[in-house]
Parts: sequence; C-alpha cells; structure tokens
Amino acid sequence: MPSDALIEVKNLSVLFPLYHGSSRSLKKMVVAAASGRLAQDQQQRVVVRALTDINVRLNSGDRLGLVGSNGAGKTTLLRVLAGIYEPVLGSLRVRGSLNALLDPNLGMNMELTGRENILLRGLYNGLPRSALPRLEEDVAEFAELSDFLDLPVRIYSAGMVVRLGFALATAIKPQILLMDEWFLAGDAVFMEKARVRLEEMVRGADILVLSSHQNDIIRQWCSRVLWLDQGNVVAEGPSEEVLHRYMGTVPHHPVEALV
Amino acid sequence: MSSAVTTIAPPAELNLLADMTMATRNRWAMADLAGGTRLWRLAWALGWLDIRLRYRGSMLGPFWLTISTGVMVAALGVLYSTLFKIELRDYLPFLALSQVLWGFLAALVSEACTVFTDAEGVIRSVRMPFFVFSMRGLIRNAIVLGHNILVIVVVFGVFRMWPNVSSLMALPGLLLWAVDALALTLLLGGFCARFRDIQPIVNSIMQIAFFVTPVIWKPSQLSASGIAHLAFNPFYDLLEIVRGPILGSGLEVSTWLGAGIYSVILWAISWAFFVRARGRIAFWV
Repeated sequence: MPSDALIEVKNLSVLFPLYHGSSRSLKKMVVAAASGRLAQDQQQRVVVRALTDINVRLNSGDRLGLVGSNGAGKTTLLRVLAGIYEPVLGSLRVRGSLNALLDPNLGMNMELTGRENILLRGLYNGLPRSALPRLEEDVAEFAELSDFLDLPVRIYSAGMVVRLGFALATAIKPQILLMDEWFLAGDAVFMEKARVRLEEMVRGADILVLSSHQNDIIRQWCSRVLWLDQGNVVAEGPSEEVLHRYMGTVPHHPVEALV
Repeated sequence: MSSAVTTIAPPAELNLLADMTMATRNRWAMADLAGGTRLWRLAWALGWLDIRLRYRGSMLGPFWLTISTGVMVAALGVLYSTLFKIELRDYLPFLALSQVLWGFLAALVSEACTVFTDAEGVIRSVRMPFFVFSMRGLIRNAIVLGHNILVIVVVFGVFRMWPNVSSLMALPGLLLWAVDALALTLLLGGFCARFRDIQPIVNSIMQIAFFVTPVIWKPSQLSASGIAHLAFNPFYDLLEIVRGPILGSGLEVSTWLGAGIYSVILWAISWAFFVRARGRIAFWV
C-alpha cells in the first residue's frame, strides 16, 4: 500500500493549566494584581503535566497501541495527534487524512432525525455535497434503522443510538485512524458485525493508533506498543515485548476479567 | 462482505510547533478563518439547528420572538410617546426599528461570550476551525433578526412609511455589522472561555449602553452638547449607519467614519487576541 502517511512527534510535552476557583475569575485576578498578590497567584496555579517529552515516529503501515493505567495520558496523546491540543513544548507533524474516534456521539443531536444526523456529520467532516448520498446510504444500511431513519433519535432504543453512533464514526475512511477504547464496547449481537466493519476500517488505514485496556485487542491489531505512565513513556517496542513487561506490573486487569 | 466503508476523508496536513513565531501564529489564525469559511454550510446548519432546538415543541416556533418584540414595542411606544410628548406616528416607527436592531446587537454580544464554551464537546473531540462557531453565532442571531423584521414591516405599514431607494444605504451598514460580529465572537468567545465571569460583566455593560444610546429616545431630544458627546459612543455610530437610511433621516459622513474607525479598532484587538489565543482555546473550554 504505497502512501506517505506520517506522524512525527518530537520532544512533545503538554501541560494542563488547572483553572479553578479564582483563576477563572477576571475580577479576582484584577483585584489580586492590584493588591500585589498576582505573583503569588501565578505560583499557586496548578499545572498538570499530561505528557512529558514524547517522541514517536509512525510511517505508513505502522500500528501503534497505547497502554497504561487510567490517567496515564493515552487520550491526551490521541487528542494531540488529532491536532486538538496543540503542543506546549516540542513539535507535531501529521501528514495524511485523519479520523479520530474519541467521542461516540460527536455532534449527534437527539432532536434530529437519523438522516439529519448523518448529513450533519458529513458537514462536520467537510465532505462535498456529492459525497453525502453515499454516506447516508452506507450509515443507514449498517445501523439498520429502516423506518426509524426519518424519526428523531430521541425515540430510538439505546441499541439503535449505539449503532447509529458507531456507523457514523466508522463511515469515513481516513489514512490515519486514532481510536479510543470506548469503541470496543457495545452489545454482543451488534459486536460481531461491528467488529467486521471496524477491522475493515483498520485494515484500510495506513497508520493506526489505538488506546486500550484490553491487551488481547492490542496484541491482535498492533505491531508496536507505547507504554505510558503519568505522561511519561515507560517503554516502546514490539507488542509482545512491551506487553509482557506491562502485564508484569499489572497482574490482573479488571477490564480483561470482564471481557 | 461488501465494502461497508466507502467515504474517504479529505486529505490533510498538520505541522504544529510549540514555540511559533508571530508570523506562524498569524498564518494559523488566517488558516482558521479560511478553513471556517469553507465550512460555511456546517455553520449555516448549526445556526438553524440552534433556533429549531430553542423553540422545539412550540407551534409558532421562532415567531414567538416576533410576538414578544411586537408586544414590547407597542407597550413602550404608547408609554414613551406620552412621556416624551411625541406624536405616536413619529415615535413608533423609530422605536420599532431601534428596538429590533438593538435586540440583535445585545443578543449577539451576549451570545458571543459562549460561542466556544457551547461547542466544548466538538472542540475537544475533533480539530475544527474556531471560526465555524463564530459564524454559527452570527447566523443564529441573523435568523432571529430576520423574524423580528416582521415587527418593523407591520409598524411601517400601519403608518404608511415606505422606505425609498436611499434606504438601500442600510445594506453596507448591515454588512459591517456582520464583519464586526465575527470579530467580536472571536474575541469574547475566547476571552470568556478563559475567564468565566466575563459574560455577566458584558451583559451589565450592554445594559448601560442601552440607556446611553438613543434606542428608546431620539438624539434630537438632546441638547447640542449632548449630541456632540454621542460621537464617543461606538454603539451610536454603528446603530445609526443602519437605522438612519431606513428611517430616511439621512446619514452623515462622520457617522460612517466613526463606525469605520470603531470597527477597525475592534478587529485589531480581536485579531491580536485570536492570533495568540487560538492554540489555547481547546485547553480553556
């Protein structure tokens, strides 16, 4: 598959200023400045180091899994790669069309009908008008909404909403696919069909970055693994090697037990 | 197994550095505006969606706005024409027009504060030009204005006041309003995402502006020195470039000049802010 898709992350750090209490208030900042307390205030500002000095280079064909406990920075890294959080230190280069599956209900509106939601998603993705009928047909067919397509999503069953959200998210084929673990949740009957569609999308992507707690999924789909802990890279390398070490520190993972 | 995934994402390229020079930041801000403009159909759809959701389940929909504006204009018109001792037929068309235009301005300024925080979910899950949300705010308020125009039409019709050709001079004024509105949403949207107590402050300022600007009172009721001071009120010049031509009271060059200067200042401040803040807004919302 000849392609020039590329992700290059160099010395990247992301710091989150935690705005809370008085730092959210202009009035209090001004009063503090006037009374000479601003310097103290700035020192008191809590900053969370979400990611520290990350270096990753992915070329076409690479499949990277992100592992780590909750709060390790997996989702933040995905958001950085998607260009949502711009780097505070270091640099990011991404070449190729990109789709980040981060929010299952991105832009989905309960008051709109299924069909209107599909069209809205097409607009969110900046698709040309000519691509919309194909998108609509594809999503409607997969989500099996039939008669419900022209009714508001509000009256859908929970399963139908999940199917529609999933179908929408997986309808647009990118060169670079970023995926958060929520994606692998869903009811069992739907899962098999979803898995087929998802695998097709993953195979079609030149670069995959997948964040998951489920090690067997990482093993199945990823050739490399990046292990994050509190925003730092603990290890990076071939899946088996890194997963072996990672499993050593996390003896019985609760999520695995559920699956 | 048929090919289920058929739609291809449009190509893209991203090159972000932490320590960007001012020129680079400027280029990104320009790219944001250009990218947002390309997504105008999305902004349009979202603007309409906001209106639909606000009035869902009500039979009259957005025309509730028209009715409430109409009732308010009628009540204020009768009251103030008595208080000010002005003929109703002189006063009511002026009031209807002023009130509708001011309603647009006030709502726009207030809602400018939340254009980004309202879109928090989208901003945090996909990279999208922030300008889209600015356009959405403008379009939403323009739709409301469109509904309220009915009040003006009815009042003008009752008093048989028909606009003439020179009323078309209001169009460039409305265009300037749209341009200024976009600048204001970029500025206030970002600033209010960072400092959450700005919106109440902004609303108080607009309340004061309402009383010191000739909206329910006429500039001619002022003394000569009062009229001279009006030039310092940006809202007066901006209101007058649209209101003057429609009322047929003419338009002075100095009014347009003032409106132009205030607009340039607004854009300069907004742009300086947006160029610096654009990359941080995702952290703030």
